This record gives sequence, C-alpha cells and structure tokens, in this order.
Amino acid sequence: MNNLSWRALAVFAVIIIAIIYVLPTIKPTWWPHKKINLGLDLQGGMHLVLEVDTDKALEGTIERISQEIRDLCRKEHVRYIALDRVEGNRISIKLQGQNNIDGFDKLLDKDFQGLRILSRLTDGDVLTLTLDLPDKEADQIKKMATDQALETIRNRIDQFGVSEPDIRHQGEKRILIQLPGIKDTKRAKDLIGRTALLEFKMLDETHDLNAALKGDIPPGSEVLYGTKEDPATRRIIKTPYLIKKRTLLTGAHLTDAKVQIDSQYNEPYVSIDFDKKGGRDFARITEANVKKRLAIVLDDKVYSAPVIQEKITGGKARITGNFTTEEARDLAIALRAGALPAPVLILEERTVGPSLGTDSIRKGLMSMCVGGLLVVLFMIVYYRGSGLIADFALILNVILIAGGLAAFQATLTLPGIAGIILTIGMAVDANVLIFERIREEMRIGKTPRAAVDAGYNRATLTILDANVTTLIAALVLFQFGTGPVKGFAVTLSLGVIASLFTALILTRIIFDFYLIKRKVKTLSI
Amino acid sequence: MQFIKPDININFVGKRKIAFTLSLAMILISITSLLVHKGPKYGIDFAGGTLIQVKFDAPVKLADIKSGLATVNLGKSSVQGFGEHSDYEYLIRTDRSVMTEQGFSLEVQKALASSTGQGVDIRRVEMVGPQVGKDLREKALFAMFYALLFIAIYISGRFELKWMLSGVMAGVLMSAVYLLSIFNVSVPYLIAAALVVTLFLFWFLELKYAMGAIVALIHDVTITVGIFSLFGKEFTLPIIAALLTIIGYSLNDTIIVFDRIRENLRKHHKDPLKTIINRSVNETLSRTILTSMTTLAVVVTLFVMGGGIIHDFAFAMMIGVIIGTYSSIYVASPILLAWKVRGKK
Repeated sequence: MNNLSWRALAVFAVIIIAIIYVLPTIKPTWWPHKKINLGLDLQGGMHLVLEVDTDKALEGTIERISQEIRDLCRKEHVRYIALDRVEGNRISIKLQGQNNIDGFDKLLDKDFQGLRILSRLTDGDVLTLTLDLPDKEADQIKKMATDQALETIRNRIDQFGVSEPDIRHQGEKRILIQLPGIKDTKRAKDLIGRTALLEFKMLDETHDLNAALKGDIPPGSEVLYGTKEDPATRRIIKTPYLIKKRTLLTGAHLTDAKVQIDSQYNEPYVSIDFDKKGGRDFARITEANVKKRLAIVLDDKVYSAPVIQEKITGGKARITGNFTTEEARDLAIALRAGALPAPVLILEERTVGPSLGTDSIRKGLMSMCVGGLLVVLFMIVYYRGSGLIADFALILNVILIAGGLAAFQATLTLPGIAGIILTIGMAVDANVLIFERIREEMRIGKTPRAAVDAGYNRATLTILDANVTTLIAALVLFQFGTGPVKGFAVTLSLGVIASLFTALILTRIIFDFYLIKRKVKTLSI
Repeated sequence: MQFIKPDININFVGKRKIAFTLSLAMILISITSLLVHKGPKYGIDFAGGTLIQVKFDAPVKLADIKSGLATVNLGKSSVQGFGEHSDYEYLIRTDRSVMTEQGFSLEVQKALASSTGQGVDIRRVEMVGPQVGKDLREKALFAMFYALLFIAIYISGRFELKWMLSGVMAGVLMSAVYLLSIFNVSVPYLIAAALVVTLFLFWFLELKYAMGAIVALIHDVTITVGIFSLFGKEFTLPIIAALLTIIGYSLNDTIIVFDRIRENLRKHHKDPLKTIINRSVNETLSRTILTSMTTLAVVVTLFVMGGGIIHDFAFAMMIGVIIGTYSSIYVASPILLAWKVRGKK
C-alpha cells in the first residue's frame, strides 16, 4: 500500500468513528450509548445559582457554643450576669465575684480551649470577657457549610427524582444547580431553598404573649408565628406564639421521616423517627414537661404546639400542619436529607419551558439547513467540480462536530447551534484559500497536479495561523462562559478543528486520488 | 466563475487617509453614543433583574398585559413584543431580581390570563441578582482583554519570532491587572488603562504586526458596540460570545493579509512597502470577499430564521463580519506602513 492509501484509510477510520458516535443520538439503544446532551435552553429545565449564607453558619456555631457554656456554667454553679452572642460571631460574658471568675476560667481552660480571647477587662470585681473563634477555624466552618449544603441539596434532589441533575461548586460559597426537564419549578425551588431546620422548643407560658407582642419580650424568649390557611375563605391566618429560645432537640437526631395519612381527619402528616440519643432526649424532655406545651418549629415557623400529655418513649413524633400530600412529601424529603447548615439565597435563576426548547431546536436546525444549502450551492456555482469536493468536506465537518459533541459528552445549546452554523460559513474559508491559491498557480502555467501541490503547501501555514487565533478566542470564551455560552465555545472549537482536518487532509486526498490515481489532466476549479 | 479579476489592482493603500477618517468618525460616533446613553445598555445578565417570556394563544392588547401586570407586585416593568408577530410572544422585564420565589411565575400567569382573557404559557423566566450581574460584567471584560493579549503573543511570535518578548510583556501585564483587580480597582477603567498600556508597549517594542492586528480588533469591537448602542440593543452573555467570535473572525482576515505581506516581502524585497501591502491586499481580495460572503450568508439566515433568542447574536455577527472585513483591508495593513514612515525619518 502506498502513502495515499494509508492516508485514505486513516481518514476513513476517523469518519467511521464520528458516525458511530452520532448514531446513538438518533437511536439511543445503539452502542456506544453516548447521546449528544442538550442544554437547558433546548430541552427545558431550571438553572439555579445559590449562595450559602456562610456568616449565618458561623453565627449558628457561636450560638451553639454559647449555649454549651451556659449549660456548663449551670452545672458547675458558676453565675454570670450576662452571656450573649454579640456582633454576630462573638460571645460576651460578664461575671461578678472572684469565685465565679475562677470557676469560669477553669471551665474555659478545660472545655473551650479552641476559643480565642479577644479582650479581658476587669472593673472592680466585675470581669467582662469577649471570645470568638480563631480565623482559621471560622474559615473552616464557612467552607464546611458550603460543602455540607451542596451534599444536602444533592440528597434532596436525588430523592425528589430528577434525571441527570448537575450540582456543583461555583466559587467559594456559591452552588450551581442544573435540573433538566423539570416542570414544577416552584416545588423544586421550595425543596432546594428551604433550610429545613427542625427544632423542638418549649412555649414560654409564664409570660404574657400580648405584652410580648407589644414589644416587651422577656429575655430568653422570642415571638414566632404559625400560619394556617382557612380552607373555607382561603385566607392565611397567622398565629403568634411566645417561645423559649433554648432548643431542646433538633432534626439532626432523626433517622427517618415519612408521609402518613391521619385516619381521623384524612390529612397527610409527616412522621419522624429519632435515633437512640434523640429518642432518649425526647423521652427525657417530655417527662420533665408534662402538661406543658412543646412547639415544633421548622425554619422559625411554628407548625404545632401540642400539650404534652405524658412521657413519650419510642422515639417517634409527628409534624402536622394542613399539608397537601405533595407538601408533606417534600418536607419528608428535606428532613431526611437533613437541614442546610445555613440559609441559602437564590442569586440567579433561569427557567426554560419545554415548548420553547423544542421551538429553539426547530428554528436552529432550520437555519442550519438553509444556511448550509446556500453555502453548498454557492461553492458548486463558483468552483464547480472542486466546489463539490469542498461541499463533501463541509457535510463531513458537521458530522465530525456532532460526533465530537457526543464523544466528549459536551452539551449542545442554542448558541452552540449558532456556532455550528457559523462554522459552516467559515469552514469553507480554508477551501477557498486553497482553491484561490491553486487558481493563481494555474494562471502562471503550472499543471493541475503541480498547482494543487503548490496550492496546499502555500495555504497550509496561513490556514493554521488563521484558525489558531479563532481557537484562542474560543478557549477564552470557554473559560469565561457559563451554560449556553460555553456550548457555543465548544462547538466553535470543534468546528475549527474539524474544518482544519477536512480542508487540509480530506480534500487533499480526494484531489490526489483524481490527479494521481485516475491521472485526470484537467481540473474543474 | 470569478467575481474578482486576477489582475485587479485597486489602490487601497492610497485611499488610507479617507479610510482612517471614516474609521475615526465611526469610532467617535460609537463613543458619543455610549456617552449619551451612559454606557452600554446592559441586559439582565449584566444589570440584574427579571425577564419573563410569555406566549398567548391569540392576539392580545399591550394595555391588557400591562394592566394584568399591575395587579402583581412587579415594581417598574416594561413589556415588548418578541419574535414574530404571529407568535403572540412578549418579553416582560423588571429591574427587580429577588422575587422569583414562592410561585411567582404562577402568579404572573394567572394575572395575565385574567386580564387578557387568553391562555398564557410562561416560556422562560430568567432572574439574575445584582451581585451576579456585576461579576459577569467583570468576567466579560477580563475575557475580552485576555483574548486580545493571547492573540497578541501568538501574532508577535508567529510573524516576528518575538515569542519571548511578547510573552514576557503579556505575562507582566496580566499579573499587573490581576494584582490591581484584587485591590478593588474599578474593572472597566482597569481594562481600559491596560489596553492603552498594551498599545503603548507594542509601539515601543516595535511589535508591528501585533499592533496592527490589535488596533483593528479594538476598532471592530468598538464600532460593533457603538452600533449596538445606537440601535438601543441590549448586551447579554451571547453578545459577548459574538464579540469574541468577531475578534477571532476579523483576525482570520487580518492574518491572511499579513501572511501574504510577509511572503511578498521576501519575494519582492526591493519594492517599497506601500506597493507590497497594496499588492498583498489585492491578491487576497478574492478570498476575503468570498469568505465574507459565505459567512454573511449563514449569519443572515440565522438572523432571519433563528428565532428571537438568537436574533441579537446574529445581528452582532452581521455587523462584525462587515466591519471585520473592512478593517483587515483598510486598518490593519496600513498601520504597518505608519511604522516604516516613522522609522525612516
């Protein structure tokens, strides 16, 4: 076999591979099962960028530490005048009397070595201390919060049932979520965005709710609301509750949450199972507070506040609250997946309905066919036989791009289709360059074979130079772009590479075949 | 078939003063338009805000849509037709961005259905928060700047074998820009300043080809942006993609002319540069026109048939292809000449 046959064989192999990769897109059951992925703008779906409020996660940690210090003080009989979280993430403590100060110092050295002492002021026998967490520790907590939020959201979406979701970090505290084909966007957003922090707290029944509503809120308590919709008038009724701030138990200790239907009222509710420690705590809490009211608080909203009738063992509880079945199901998912370590905020949302996506595909393909046809006709009219060769290369070009998209599992977007259309227009450029060169060479009297040789040799470097710069622009675009724009960069890059291949290698072989093998003496150009 | 005769010899270089005046006028108009409109008109990608695309089953009155929107808490909003008239599609925009939670699109759908009495399909909702908008704006500027720098390194290396020089220069520029951007320097001014410094360095280091190419590119991008501003069109992410593609495309043209200049310089080294440049432009003219035609053909197809979402992208590409072709003939090559004249003095 000679040189030409080897080259022809190699090109043939590349084309066959490209076709094999394109086929599954037409018939998904075929090997290698790699379809061209459609972007959200083509198949419909939702794109979300969330920001995790990591400062809140730090505040939550500090709040928990304050609570631990308070509990330990009580245990060790250390009395403090004030112990509060101030300025978000600092703990301020006021102590009076040497006994208390010594006791507190001991406690601090023993159990809270990780805390940083910011200031220590003594005024007579009153000591004021300010504590916080070292920067490294604080950063760690913030980073963990984002990681944990991402995991939790992934869990929730998996249980919600979305095919091929894409969830990833974007920058330090942002999370990018892509949910293709999702229809009920409101439900999905509610599920993803809710913190789902479940807390059990006691109602403050020693103080007056009405006084609290007027602004006289007793220390250690807060006013939270419960909302209910009146099914008859469809109005939302808000009920205030005065609730002790201290959290007795959280959703962190539950092992399962599922939807059940109340046989009496035929209403769905969520039943939760605690783990061993949670169950023990729940029994202890209910035992100590019989005949008092226990509030079930979810994301600072009171769902119910039943009176504890007796000690509850067995580690089970139920959350009721006029749910629809769907709401109950989503709440159960959120509880099972766990609470977000900090609230999240939706920074960016793009939703495309499936009908628009179908329209976009139709219009994109239509423009591609018409644009392609225009170029194909033009090349035949202008370059006749050689134009036909260039057109063959052009069609292969599109197949190569499609094969590349499938093989690299890249995503095709609407701008991506525009990129392919643009490539069709620009890909003939390489052939035009070569053909113009061949015409020039023939004008000075070279034989067709010598003219083709010279044309390719001279044009190759120019074509490479010109295409490398487009490739540079496309790569920068890929780095910068998100979603649809990235899709454009991908098809543009693939297009450049494919057109280099078809123009410099493929058409050359066809020319050589005619001029060397068939010994054709005239060139239709 | 041939459009351009092989022995064509148009005196492009001789008309460069007219071309420079024309280019300068277009750039001035662009900048004036940008100043009058207080900068580019940003779409929600860059400004933040909410955009809703709705489709009705039958024709509706604009006033009905507006009255329907008034019942929803939308803030300041605008409505305009979108795509073809027979589609009954509209775009609703507001500058508020944090309200897509809690079934917001359902509310809009209900309100519009009751005010117009037609079936409504919410086809697309896009919400971008102000912080994201600002980030994207800065990222877009950086992308343009980096693309120009990388291209400059490549051209200097390939055409003048000054890989090291241009590489070191670009490296220093990039790290300077990166350092300054950390210290919260306003990004648009930073990039503008960096571009001026870049051009000055090209001049100083005599990186002629890179200078010619980059000036042509800045010329193309400025005029495209200016025409966008004149037509009151919005800048979105796909438009940035179009601008970067224009950079790639225009450069394509420029490089092909440059390549021919280099080749002719070797072949006819006794001729004056002016003649060589003019001959090179003429020799490549056929190819320049042909490629621009095929590219323009597909872009116009996209503009006419591609639908509303891709419309502005195709429009930007159309302008870019035309301006890019013009600039590689009249802007990039004559700049090489400006150098030689100065050098001889």
